[in-house]
Amino acid sequence: MHGLSFDIAHLLAGGLVLTSFMLLYQDRLYALLNVFALQAFVLFLSVAWQAYAQGAPHLYVTAAIALVLKAIVIPGALHRIVARLGIHREVETIGGIGLTMLAGIGLVALSMVVILRATPAAAPLAREDLALSLSVVLLGLLMMVTRRNAVSQVVGFMSMENGLILAGTGAQGMPLVVEISIAFSVLIAFIVIGIFLFQIRERFDTVDSRVLDTFRGERS
Amino acid sequence: MVLIADLAVQGTEMLLVLCLAPLLTGFVRKVKAHLLRRRGPSLIQPYRDLLRLLRKEVVLADNASWLFCAIPYLIFAATWVAASLVPTFATGLLFSWSADLIAITALLGSARFFLALAGLDAGTSFGGIGASREMMVATLAEPAMLMIVFTLALLAGSTQLSNLAGFMLSPQIGLRVSLGLALVALLMVALAENGRIPIDNPATHLELTMVHEAMVLEYSGRHLALIELAASLKLLLTLSLIVCVFIPWGLSPAGSGVAERFIGIAVYLLKLVLGGFLLALFETSIAKMRVFRVPQFLGAALMLGLLGTLLLFVSRSL
Repeated sequence: MHGLSFDIAHLLAGGLVLTSFMLLYQDRLYALLNVFALQAFVLFLSVAWQAYAQGAPHLYVTAAIALVLKAIVIPGALHRIVARLGIHREVETIGGIGLTMLAGIGLVALSMVVILRATPAAAPLAREDLALSLSVVLLGLLMMVTRRNAVSQVVGFMSMENGLILAGTGAQGMPLVVEISIAFSVLIAFIVIGIFLFQIRERFDTVDSRVLDTFRGERS
Repeated sequence: MVLIADLAVQGTEMLLVLCLAPLLTGFVRKVKAHLLRRRGPSLIQPYRDLLRLLRKEVVLADNASWLFCAIPYLIFAATWVAASLVPTFATGLLFSWSADLIAITALLGSARFFLALAGLDAGTSFGGIGASREMMVATLAEPAMLMIVFTLALLAGSTQLSNLAGFMLSPQIGLRVSLGLALVALLMVALAENGRIPIDNPATHLELTMVHEAMVLEYSGRHLALIELAASLKLLLTLSLIVCVFIPWGLSPAGSGVAERFIGIAVYLLKLVLGGFLLALFETSIAKMRVFRVPQFLGAALMLGLLGTLLLFVSRSL
């Protein structure tokens, strides 16, 4: 019913959602970072395929940014941060992995229902990309909510941004300036977060974000 | 005449699975031994074991009920029927109309239920542990299996294995992420169903870890032989199922001649050798997981199946 082009785009976008679930499943920090790099690589493939399928050469730049920045630079830097903080053995989850997975499935179903109802007029490729990218965004948010370790929260944030890029490439006609500024802001955010991590660590001797709540006087 | 030919092919199929099952088990053991640089028992050792067990006397526990004696036959029958429903080397067999994925899952599920009952029946503590663990695995593996069935049925529009294999061979299949997810989930469920290494070790008699062995600890003689044969059949069945759905090339279609049937058998044997080798390779390269880690493993399989269904739903509704 659809061409091969649609099938490959679907495969890659589906792979992105799958890697989001793999992120939720991991409970070791190094494995988490490796999966995050894998997700960025899948994003690179997906964006590059969109560039080819839509005939939009500027998307190749987006793909290259995703590959260099997300798949190589940021995971590498996070590896170094984790090694320097000496926290490579711990990840805690709230409510256990099974419940998180179920919540994630619910979010994917929700985003599909919402997007497919909301965009009946758009092109199939764009609709499908939007549905899957919204699920990646929601899964990233879920990751930020369920994890207590600050480093995994950063990974959740970054994977959320991967979903945004997928949405941006699916919607035809997003200018390159926007892409580059998003990539740049992510890098800045990453640097700020990196500094914060060390500050939190220096102040509280841990990167568990529960400690921040108790410090502010909230009951946890 | 056509009926007789069909009957002959179906009969060949049923005998073939029965005769090949211990050989497959022996082959996997042999390859595993070789990978560990041991010589290992000979390929036909499982047949020898079965023959010896058949000759031996049955020892029954004092407080075992009639159910305990009946269950090995029930398990063996259910598994054999399920195994002979799967199209191994030919599609369009006489019983193909009933070769439904849900029916096969149900047959295996009832065999598992009876085995758990037998574990509880003799009243030993090991049997109880084994039965409760087996049921824990089952409650997670069967929903995952059903999600896989849903994914395949949504794609092919049928749960019958012959139609499914035909659909996989047709060019309209395309490139589907859901199929990949279903394959991975099916592999995980298959490992759990057969009690292979990350879930359960088929070669262990260590109290803390055994699941399947704990349930059949009280059996002896011909009962044990039947249960062992049923376990081998189940392994063959699962492998044939995966092969039939995901690599259906070489299946001889309905109404083909004798030569094509033989080619089908040869291709099937080749696939079994490949599958058995991969299984042995996987088992030697991974450690067994803790029992309480199993729900996560199977939860991931369930999640993959669900995700496959959801993604399929998106691409179909566009």
